[in-house]
Amino acid sequence: MPGAPFPDAAIASAANTVQARRLTGETSVSISVAAVVAALGAAGIPVDEVDGMFGTLCGEVVYQLGLPATTTSALDNTGISSVVEAAAAVQAGICEVAVAVAGGAGQYVDRESTAPWTRPENEWVAPFGLYTAVEFALVARRHMHTYGTTPEHLATVAATIRNSGHVNPEAVYFGRGPFSPEDILASRMVADPFHLLDCAMTSEGGCAVVVTSLERARDAATAPVRILGVGMDRLGPVYQFPPMWDLAGTRVPGEVNGRIGRRAANKAFGMAGLHTADVDVCEFYDPFSFEIIRQFEAFGFCEPGEGGDFVSDGRIAAGGALPTTTDGGLMSYSHAGRAQMLQRIARGVHQIQGSCASNQARGAEVALCTNGGAGALFTDVMLLGVDS
Amino acid sequence: MSSLLLPQSGSIPFAQQTEMSSRFWDGCRRGELLFQYFPASGRAQFPPARSDRASFGDAFEWRRSAGRGRVYSWSTVHRAPSPVFHTPYVVAIVCLEEGFEMISNIIGCRPEDVVEGLEVEVVFHAVNDDVTLPYFAPIAGPGHD
Repeated sequence: MPGAPFPDAAIASAANTVQARRLTGETSVSISVAAVVAALGAAGIPVDEVDGMFGTLCGEVVYQLGLPATTTSALDNTGISSVVEAAAAVQAGICEVAVAVAGGAGQYVDRESTAPWTRPENEWVAPFGLYTAVEFALVARRHMHTYGTTPEHLATVAATIRNSGHVNPEAVYFGRGPFSPEDILASRMVADPFHLLDCAMTSEGGCAVVVTSLERARDAATAPVRILGVGMDRLGPVYQFPPMWDLAGTRVPGEVNGRIGRRAANKAFGMAGLHTADVDVCEFYDPFSFEIIRQFEAFGFCEPGEGGDFVSDGRIAAGGALPTTTDGGLMSYSHAGRAQMLQRIARGVHQIQGSCASNQARGAEVALCTNGGAGALFTDVMLLGVDS
Repeated sequence: MSSLLLPQSGSIPFAQQTEMSSRFWDGCRRGELLFQYFPASGRAQFPPARSDRASFGDAFEWRRSAGRGRVYSWSTVHRAPSPVFHTPYVVAIVCLEEGFEMISNIIGCRPEDVVEGLEVEVVFHAVNDDVTLPYFAPIAGPGHD
């Protein structure tokens, strides 16, 4: 068994800025800086002690914080991947206080179109009218065709996650519900099978996660959170090649795109010495409702094709056996371009620390956090746990 | 009953072509659907790339597809990435007979006629003076009666 990936490092704290549809006057840099300051403040670690900055806009953030020469991501890195980079740097002794950061503001002003980060420019995609909702719809439709998954299954996921955002005072769509699956199905169709309320919204905000030595984290104002396991699966670049359910490598056997994340989850659980039954809370990435169903299947929580029924018995709701995307996720909490990936980790951290203002899962000791989805040919997973 | 799905007009977005891909787009203007064939691995490859995903070899020939295939998955889109698209339109992954897949739009039928496995054939449509897009239409069936 490989064991814990970063035995001498821990997450000390995580923080989000205010999230909103628009944060007037803010830029992606300013909101990132605010997130870093907030996360360090939560842990009681002075900004001046930061010696590693990972994630997006690292150079800009280092400069604006007035830091001396600092270790950073060479190029933009996001979400789980940026936390891995930070933790690896701490574990290797390259940094002592490393921050993973992401923020988005002022990027989406033309409301006649979809948000710019949802429509990548590519010659095989752009002229046919694709954007993220369509890419993910092509995956969902294939699953519905193969297994009989229904629009009602999808709508149940969307209603559940949106209801968690409805009661979260920090969510952009706080108070917008409650929603029933019928409400989701009654919203206008965007990209069949996705109705408007099956889709992530767009917003602005920042997020930061502080990683430091385990020893240092134990002295912080917030409880240390351990990284129990990680895994990262990618089959290709995002939004260039057809998002086939059956896409695979050409040379050696491996999981198909529809099961992307399975290899990653197996690695993470292997490192942690844990199984799906040990997971207390699922902070899954929810760009579209179907992706939650797919992830439960890919990670082995249920059998292939059973994901629709799996999410329909109430277990994924706040207060259920497997509370999922408890802050409201990309659908209701926030989706600010990049920050939403890191926010799955931040929410997992807050669940383990027991500090969620809403939908705190009682006694949560293990959180499974994810990024990505089969529509984008990647899925990353990270298992977080209490320091024991 | 909804109306027939039609091609888009010339104001839709296009992205940068490459030296390799321009061969494909030139083919479309001539009414030819071209794909790469790598004799070393016996593989068809699309989109075209400098080397084969299986053999890593770079020896390939351009072949002309018969343009027939089946719908693998699809989505009827009602909210477009920009207002220049006429909605609804149907995006599909089409599996061509020669063993490659491509993203396209389905035209010439109604949205409700599109199902997995629908047999389709390529239909070229010049959206402007420079770009001809390969769309797909049902070979036979509900859209044709």
